[in-house]
Amino acid sequence: MRGRAAASRRQAGRALILVASIALVGVILLQILRAAGEIQVGFANWRPVLYAYVVWAIALGAGQVLMHGERGRRALFVLPAVLFTVAVVIFPTLFGFYIASLDWNLSATSGPRFNNFHNFVELFNDPDYWNALTNMLFYVVAVLVEYAIAFGLALLLTAEIRARKFFRLAFLLPFMLSPVAVSWMIGKSIFEYRFGPASNFMRFLGWRTPAVFAHAWTARIGIEVMAGWVAIPFIMILLLAGLQALPKEVQEAAQVDGASAWQSFWRVTFPLMLPVSITALLIRIIFQLKLADIVINVTGGGPGGATDTVSSYIYRVYSDRSNVGYGTALAMFYLVMIIIFLTVMLRLANRWTRNLT
Amino acid sequence: MASVMSQGRTSASRHHLRRTGGQFLVYAALITWTCVCLFPLFWTVTTSLKSARDVTQGHLIPWIDFQPTWKGWRSLGLSPDTIFNLSDPREEFLGRFANSVIIAGGASCLALLLGSLAAYGLSRFRYKFGPMHNSDILFFFISQLILPPVVLALPFLVLYRELDLLDTRFGLVLVYTLTVLPIVVWIMRDQFNAIPIELDEAALVDGLSAWGVFLRIVLPIALPGMVAAFILSLVLTWNEYFFAALLTASSAKTLPVMVASQTGSQGIDWWSMAALSTAAIAPLVIMGILLERYIVKGLATGAGK
Repeated sequence: MRGRAAASRRQAGRALILVASIALVGVILLQILRAAGEIQVGFANWRPVLYAYVVWAIALGAGQVLMHGERGRRALFVLPAVLFTVAVVIFPTLFGFYIASLDWNLSATSGPRFNNFHNFVELFNDPDYWNALTNMLFYVVAVLVEYAIAFGLALLLTAEIRARKFFRLAFLLPFMLSPVAVSWMIGKSIFEYRFGPASNFMRFLGWRTPAVFAHAWTARIGIEVMAGWVAIPFIMILLLAGLQALPKEVQEAAQVDGASAWQSFWRVTFPLMLPVSITALLIRIIFQLKLADIVINVTGGGPGGATDTVSSYIYRVYSDRSNVGYGTALAMFYLVMIIIFLTVMLRLANRWTRNLT
Repeated sequence: MASVMSQGRTSASRHHLRRTGGQFLVYAALITWTCVCLFPLFWTVTTSLKSARDVTQGHLIPWIDFQPTWKGWRSLGLSPDTIFNLSDPREEFLGRFANSVIIAGGASCLALLLGSLAAYGLSRFRYKFGPMHNSDILFFFISQLILPPVVLALPFLVLYRELDLLDTRFGLVLVYTLTVLPIVVWIMRDQFNAIPIELDEAALVDGLSAWGVFLRIVLPIALPGMVAAFILSLVLTWNEYFFAALLTASSAKTLPVMVASQTGSQGIDWWSMAALSTAAIAPLVIMGILLERYIVKGLATGAGK
């Protein structure tokens, strides 16, 4: 009796998923045929496909519960996030690879046209793109400076000090600020050539023409100063958490051994902090590779592309030419480079920690 | 004996001297960096109270260097004397502000919901989706952190045009949710891992279902971590510019896009820009001051593993 009920439930679940799948495929086919101009019926835009996907996802979840009972209910924890990610990350990324092979000007009426991967040939002959990629090297290396400062601040905050909470709060605040607002507050206002306080201060130090964003290297450093100003608190908090989790005995033992503060830092604290450091550096580098808003808003990539990041360059290429095909090709190539770079870095970091410990 | 004692005393006093010297350096460094962190905020808030002459002469300290006026806030329609009058800039600002609240809040809630469920599942049960086991699924979620917005931005532009989601709040909520979901999963999984599984088992024996255990037992304990994940999501989505600049045109514009569109124009009105920036950053600054310990605690568990 019970077995039969379970079997019929399982069948109901399977039927539900099947019906929902057929409905989803049906709606997609209908829209494809309409888009191809084969039939007149269908919907004015593709949004019903989105609704059909949501309905299908719900049916899939309900079907799991009907079919597998408690195990299906457990699957419901992960299923929503997986289906969401497939819909809004995996599918658009694959779609992006398709767009990358097209010559597609969004503002022209001609529509998409396959162009034999000409985008990728053009990419290799685009000196501005390669310039942006080399700039990324600078921005990534600069993360090490951010890390050093953040480590120093974290150490300061773990020292025996008064008003620790106040300092921690003050150090954290830049992290809460919008990079666009920071672009204005610091980039356009405090670094203002004529009367910005930073410019006045640099004049006082003896630089007669403190036009930071007019020279390639100072502009690059200026952008990095702002990006670092916003990001250092984030690294600092991760390191602070790591420092507070360190076993006290080890540090005390080092002090009893008569090691100076400098020695005990390099011999004890720093090696123990390596795993946390690598996590913090990795996350910060990932975020740095996305850097765009500050560049777009302060320099627009100038002077002469000196401050361009890949993201800000693609943004500009798209605004100038509105060619989604070429823009996406640049972005996809960048994604592949990032994946290779991060994989190599992780391997090296792993080997390095293993050798040290 | 005496010489040993005096030696001890001098070394102690030298030690003391070095200690106070060290203390002095520590506080000097702390105060210097506090200035670095707070000066831009101070500058922006005071600039919103300056008149043109005070800006160009680089005056710094209110009431001593210059006489504060409501000029910047008046141009936004937010000064005490204009707050009850009709004002177009204020209408625009409040519209953008509402967009930002709804989009950032909505995306953070959605990401917290999806991410917490997934993180709890991954921390407690064993899954197998095809060839993927728990660690693969976790990597699948977290690895999306590396995806730069620029990779998804143009495909989304094309897709949203077809889906009629361009320049809608709902469209931006979806995009922002995907950008913060990996971080939520990362923080929440460590939070759930820190809660002993014996607690779940005891509740299961008492007859609760897996969902009952999650909702009644685990969720209340994990609440501080959820607050941290929520704040972090809120910071990232409130401040996001790249997607918002590409995917919105007028009705769903967020605050960062509004701030950016003012900086581009020639001849910036310093005071009104400063007032706008202050108003745009104020909510998060206030939230940061009130909820700082949650952020620190939440990231602390994240960094542990």
